Amino acid sequence: MNILVCIKQVPGSNKVEVDPVTGVLKRNSADAKLNPYDLYALETGLRLREQYGGSVSVLTMGPPQAKAILYEAFAMGADRGCLITDRKFGGADVLATSYTLSQGIKRFGDFDLILCGLQTTDGDTAQVGPELSEQLDIPCVCNVRQIQEVQGQTICVEMEMSEDMEALQVAFPCLLTVQKDIYEPRLPSYKKAKETCERTIEMYTLTDMADTDEHHYGLDGSPTQVQRIFPPEVHKAQETWQGTGQELADRLHQLLKQQKFIV
Amino acid sequence: MGKLVIHPDKIQDIKALVAICPFGAMQEQGGSVEITAACRLCKLCVKKGGGAVEFVEEEQQAQIDKSKWQGVAVYIDHVDGRVHPVSYELLGKARELADKIQQELLALFMGENIGAAAEELRHYGADRIFVCDKPALAKFNMEPYANVFAQFIRQVKPAAILVGATPVGRQLAPRVAARFHTGLTADCTVLDIRENTDLVQIRPAFGGNIMAEILTPNNRPQMATVRYKIMDAPQRSEAARGRIETLAVDDAALVSRIAVLGITKKPKEKSIEQADVLVVAGRGIKKKEDLSLVYDLAEALGGDFACTRPLIENGWLDPRRQIGLSGRTVRPKLIITCGVSGAIQFVAGMDHAEEIVAINSDPKAPIFKVANYAVVGDLYEIVPRLIADIQQGRERA
Repeated sequence: MNILVCIKQVPGSNKVEVDPVTGVLKRNSADAKLNPYDLYALETGLRLREQYGGSVSVLTMGPPQAKAILYEAFAMGADRGCLITDRKFGGADVLATSYTLSQGIKRFGDFDLILCGLQTTDGDTAQVGPELSEQLDIPCVCNVRQIQEVQGQTICVEMEMSEDMEALQVAFPCLLTVQKDIYEPRLPSYKKAKETCERTIEMYTLTDMADTDEHHYGLDGSPTQVQRIFPPEVHKAQETWQGTGQELADRLHQLLKQQKFIV
Repeated sequence: MGKLVIHPDKIQDIKALVAICPFGAMQEQGGSVEITAACRLCKLCVKKGGGAVEFVEEEQQAQIDKSKWQGVAVYIDHVDGRVHPVSYELLGKARELADKIQQELLALFMGENIGAAAEELRHYGADRIFVCDKPALAKFNMEPYANVFAQFIRQVKPAAILVGATPVGRQLAPRVAARFHTGLTADCTVLDIRENTDLVQIRPAFGGNIMAEILTPNNRPQMATVRYKIMDAPQRSEAARGRIETLAVDDAALVSRIAVLGITKKPKEKSIEQADVLVVAGRGIKKKEDLSLVYDLAEALGGDFACTRPLIENGWLDPRRQIGLSGRTVRPKLIITCGVSGAIQFVAGMDHAEEIVAINSDPKAPIFKVANYAVVGDLYEIVPRLIADIQQGRERA
């Protein structure tokens, strides 16, 4: 089974400050890590390979520095890596991102199963996986909480819904996004990291894609446009209370009583 | 749109120019500066670079004819005909938007045996309710659902579509948006509409510390998802106003490469979204055993407890108890945060609570900006005494 796991490098911390005067972002870009949700997708891929054979490839899109997370995936056991990087891909929204990924994936190989994390910690949209499946015209199941088994050219999974678990059988090739409690991700192995630190990764730019029209990528290929950014507003009437622990507890007790939360 | 062009002759100080970029997308390269793929086109370098970076506009692409796309639509989310409350909230919001541009409010409702539920929907403000009632739609299955959705869009051509950010909506909306090569904005917290039918979508961005206003100016339909408990549900009207129309689809549209094998009920978990009173543990809780303070306070108030992301990362609590952008959005009547600093991605998940009481020893904690009652003090001193007060009060009563 040929498995592809899509991963992303995200800021190490979400501590973004907005300059109150200029409204501009201040972000420490040096600190970056593998999107934590992707660890579960990668673990799922590795377990399936252990059980059913085949290979696990990883693919990411981002600046040249994003290479680091491919090597992190190698240290966990991934076999091949691919980085899609081009300035022209910058500023991409969900549609342009999923289109770029689909172009890169078609070039990178034929895959039976594509795995994505539920969402990223920076974009938080959980939309790239399902949009990617549409761009590739393959079936897609999101919120997968459990993999039952591979049956011939299909895979049986459990999808978590609000009230139910839905058991589904999906034909290959397909795309799954997995929940964070699907498996416990393994730690990277020092030995594997040493073995794979020189491994070549595929690098694709716009000219490597089947579609080289730059208007389909990056900001140009993005139907959504950010008009402005602004700090979240502070609202409602406010009171600040200070005092000893007992005073504050008593005041809180009075407040809760007054508002009929307690008798 | 356009691109950034560097003018090396106008660079005064390479290091200063590189330092402007908040995304680290500028690199020194042979006496000049190169922009890497990390660029997000925030154009800060244009504003602050003293002319060294120029934004070159490209020729405008052909504009679409927006008058061909009419009406504001809502996808009706449901399980076996029981409509998810977020759908009512969206009908309320969409009614407001549709009135503003004097267009119709449309509803898309697909499933099996949903006739009675569709009839009831007529009391919630929609002008036209498009119903597709087929056995193949009994349970959510991405492919037929997306095909029926696509058929609705091709036939009705709505200007904008709102979808609840439920487990169904969060996967169905992107699948459909990609099919129409259109924009989809996730988890909008504010929606408005302009005269030219452009939907103004506001959501927390870049991890949540700022809000972004997003437009989809040259694509239709415009699509947005909204979480439960963000908008206000309308009152049920006595008069049944909406007209029910059957949405016809080809049998081929109902074929799927996904087979539904069965449904099992999830064990009944009380979810934090349903609680009227929530007590939240933050990083101010020093060790796992101390969580009992939060449990006991929640119990004394007849409420439930929740936590912030770091506690989930510590493995102290079930991820379903996490509030915030990567957790749940809650809108209780009362929320008491204990030792929560108030990172905006947390605040985004709870700032619609009716009353916010924050206990934190740091008077500068950001949580105090959203709190109605900023209680500056040590939770270890306050919470046990508060629990004792409540218990004594109850004994007296």
